[in-house]
Amino acid sequence: MFPYYEFSNGCRAPPWRQIQGEICYVLVKPHDAETLCITCSKEGVFLNGGKTDDEEEINYERKGEIYKDLVTLLREKSAKFSENMSQQEGRFNEEQQKEKDQPNEAPEEEAAALRKASTASRRSALEKKQISLGRSQMTKRLEPSLNWKTTVDAEENKSSLRDTQEEKHGGRLEKSRPSASPGRAQLLRKSAEKIEEIISESSSESEEDEEPPDHLQEANADLPSEYWQIQKLVKYLKGGNQTATVIALCSMKDFNLAQETCQLAIRDVGGLEVLINLLETDEVKCKIGSLKILKEISHNPQIRRNIVDLGGLPVMVNILDSPHKSLKCLAAETIANVAKFRRAWRAVRRHGGITKLVALLDCRQPSAEPAQPGLHEARDGEVARCGALALWSCSKSCANKEAIRRAGGIPLLARLLKTSREDMLIPVVATLQECASEENYRAAIKAERIIENLVKNLSSENKQLQEHCAMAICQCAEDEETRDLVRLRGGLRPLASLLSNTDNKERLAAVTGAVWKCSISKENVTKFREYKAIEALVGLLTDQPEEVLVNAVGALGECCQEPEGRVTVRKRGGLQPLVDLLVGTNRALLVNVTKAVGACAVEPESMMIIDHLDGVRLLWSLLKNPHPDVKASAAWALCPCIQNAKDAGEMVRSFVGGLELVVNLLKSDNKEVLASVCAAITNIAKDQENLAVITDHGVVPLLSKLANTNNDKLRRHLAEAISRCCMWGRNRVAFGKHKAVAPLVRNLKSNDTSVHRATAQALYQLSEDADNCVTMHEKGAVKVLLTSSVVQSQLCQCGLGRNLSDVKVLLKGVFEHTKLPTCCITAGCK
Amino acid sequence: MNRKKLQKLTDSLTKNCKHFNKFEVKCLINLFYNLVGDVTERQGVVVGLDRNAFRNILHMTFGMTDDMIMDRVFRGFDKDNDGYITVSEWVYGLSVFLRGTLEEKMKYCFAVFDLNGDGFISKEEMFHMLKNSLLKQPSEEDPDEGIKDLVEITLRKMDHDHDGKLSFADYERAVREETLLLEAFGPCLPDPKSQKEFEAQVFKDPNEFNEV
Repeated sequence: MFPYYEFSNGCRAPPWRQIQGEICYVLVKPHDAETLCITCSKEGVFLNGGKTDDEEEINYERKGEIYKDLVTLLREKSAKFSENMSQQEGRFNEEQQKEKDQPNEAPEEEAAALRKASTASRRSALEKKQISLGRSQMTKRLEPSLNWKTTVDAEENKSSLRDTQEEKHGGRLEKSRPSASPGRAQLLRKSAEKIEEIISESSSESEEDEEPPDHLQEANADLPSEYWQIQKLVKYLKGGNQTATVIALCSMKDFNLAQETCQLAIRDVGGLEVLINLLETDEVKCKIGSLKILKEISHNPQIRRNIVDLGGLPVMVNILDSPHKSLKCLAAETIANVAKFRRAWRAVRRHGGITKLVALLDCRQPSAEPAQPGLHEARDGEVARCGALALWSCSKSCANKEAIRRAGGIPLLARLLKTSREDMLIPVVATLQECASEENYRAAIKAERIIENLVKNLSSENKQLQEHCAMAICQCAEDEETRDLVRLRGGLRPLASLLSNTDNKERLAAVTGAVWKCSISKENVTKFREYKAIEALVGLLTDQPEEVLVNAVGALGECCQEPEGRVTVRKRGGLQPLVDLLVGTNRALLVNVTKAVGACAVEPESMMIIDHLDGVRLLWSLLKNPHPDVKASAAWALCPCIQNAKDAGEMVRSFVGGLELVVNLLKSDNKEVLASVCAAITNIAKDQENLAVITDHGVVPLLSKLANTNNDKLRRHLAEAISRCCMWGRNRVAFGKHKAVAPLVRNLKSNDTSVHRATAQALYQLSEDADNCVTMHEKGAVKVLLTSSVVQSQLCQCGLGRNLSDVKVLLKGVFEHTKLPTCCITAGCK
Repeated sequence: MNRKKLQKLTDSLTKNCKHFNKFEVKCLINLFYNLVGDVTERQGVVVGLDRNAFRNILHMTFGMTDDMIMDRVFRGFDKDNDGYITVSEWVYGLSVFLRGTLEEKMKYCFAVFDLNGDGFISKEEMFHMLKNSLLKQPSEEDPDEGIKDLVEITLRKMDHDHDGKLSFADYERAVREETLLLEAFGPCLPDPKSQKEFEAQVFKDPNEFNEV
């Protein structure tokens, strides 16, 4: 372009024009106007006289108004530009706001961006593309701030963010002018990092291109005064003796350490290194002061990572051995704050931290301290409390859970659970609750009689404590014995009464979770009914967060396994909200809702309502859900619906493409889906017309293909489906052709009675075809049927009258068709 | 000294000292006379530790290094200001020094820091006590700038009535808010480790003591 040369001050204008305050000249070709030749000067931007004939020179004279920046000028000159810019308006304004304090720079930077574009194509006539390139760079440049505001797409933005960063580096080097932007950009980026904290590698990556903190000193314009004060204090920490250090630490502690500016300031001036170094000295007071600060600033996720990167955790773990209780407490509390991500959990464990933290829980330990309390000393209970806090943080990792157990943490936690101090109980119960996700913990919790205390604390005044207790019960109640224990210890009543307390959603989610798991036991459902829990649960079906809904619906699903529960739900108007929830998207919720609706559909009266609400159609459409567990749950729920609906056949046919959908689900590779779909097909096939349709859709070969399974649940439902499908046309022969018979005979070797029954039934149906009988005979079906201990015992136990007659009839049928004497049945009875 | 007299001394000192039991007082008296050496008691001559001997103990046993603070500690022990620490001053001083309550320690420390004894810790006194607390950076124009700043920081933190100096009330309030400020202007109490070592060594089990 015009004068190519860039002067050391960053200007591209010739020296004699620089005196006038001019910086550079830009050619812009808007979409809808002539090429504009623009001068950028300290006063603003304006149109100049344009290129002279000389090509190398321009007419420097001003030919128009001075605008405050390039954008304003271009908006004035080009309608198209103005239109496009207004689309970017929101974002642009934001940036403008931030740049307000450096009015000179904003235009300059934009000009630089545009200039880049124009240089790329200098000489050649400027085309539309370049202009848009310039613009896209400009919008890109705005991104860091966008990233800062919006929390989404952190990962996606990352690459462009870095690109932008690189560009900025390049741009700055080229211009080599003192700039406030690196500091600011860094501050912004740091906030962005915070958002990305969860994506673990991203933060370490972005730390790589972190500029050295020295850069920040250039950016004094927009740094808060705290920053400078903190920097000074860190200097005293570095260069002071114990006395100066303690004074500096105390003074630093007076800053608002909850504020991110201060937290990051400490880090950026190298304070973290110093604070961690202090932990390695022998000075108790310095250690205490340092930990007090670290404890506060480690609430910041970035600082946590920095502390771990600087190796702070091993040092703190070592302090846990200190004879000073308050030091131990502070170290444990800081660990509790820092250990919030995987790398930290591992660091604590690898350095023996879990064992030491567990040791803190033991308050009976004879203390090595002199009898009288020292100056900085804390109570014994305090040590245990801080230990529990740290364990709570660490117990989110499975390996740590195991380490806590091995270090003997469970009995200690159980002992602490007997206190009445709420601040102690919360971390203790929370740790137990985290750990209760592990099988061996649940066993230990049962053995240590922990449930009793959890139940007791459900009646505490403290909401958080109630929440954790309910969560712990929820976790442990996977186990049947524990469910009984909760009932025996009187835990069901407080749980039921907490259901009516809906203001605290976290607690409500925990309580409904506990109710759900407990209601898996029938005796508990009876109790819940007595405490009017079902009514309360129905009330929770609307206007609640998803976590609560999932649990409440899950609980209703269990309660509705009993006729009384179903009646209550129907009478309380629970069916409408349940059916409404069928249109949701939450996977766990859908699984539970379908189960609950299915359970209700068992009752014909409820079924009428569900049908009326179009619930069956909704269930059917859930068969298209991408998640297999939702599919399976929906298919199971459809079974009672089809059984109990009036004109079920007609209803099923009314779903366009519904039957084809069901048949095609037989191609799934999920056993549960297959079993549920087989069950649904059994019910669908009760209607002759539908059976005809699914036969046309090829149900026979698909079912036959499944016959080779080892899964008893699938075997049973498959056999039932096969025997149903035999009722149509030449399906029996078709099953034989598709080699379904031989594997069915093998099913007889299963130990599951229901598989036997279903299989015998299917074989009975299949045996009406002579070829199938031959296959059965070849595979020794008769022998197996006769020797099968299950069949024999069924035959012999007169108590199971129904089964007996069933099997008799079945066997009879089989034997008739295989042309064996019927007297064999009597032989079989022996 | 004869046994009877020793017994009497022990009893009277034990009565006035709430932090040590009789056995511990006896041990401390023994230690005192070991330190003082075999000086025969005569009328008019004070038996006690002089400044140098006491500073030596502070340095060797409790790891103190700051000359000025050690002098002040000596003055703190030497209640009657006669340049010698007598046996009762010794026992009484050590009871605060080793086992004092927070209140006692605050009074003691304040007295140590109040160099001229006017009841206030002035800026000048602070400066005096802190002047060696920072590593001097040759690059700086005013090497004392850091110290001055440190004094300002301390005042901002502790001078609640904003009169530019610390009264005991200021000091007490600041220490109660943050115990770390007890020894704000220099270590004048034993660090826990040397305290423990000292006590372990001096208050040996009597039987063990006899054997040795």
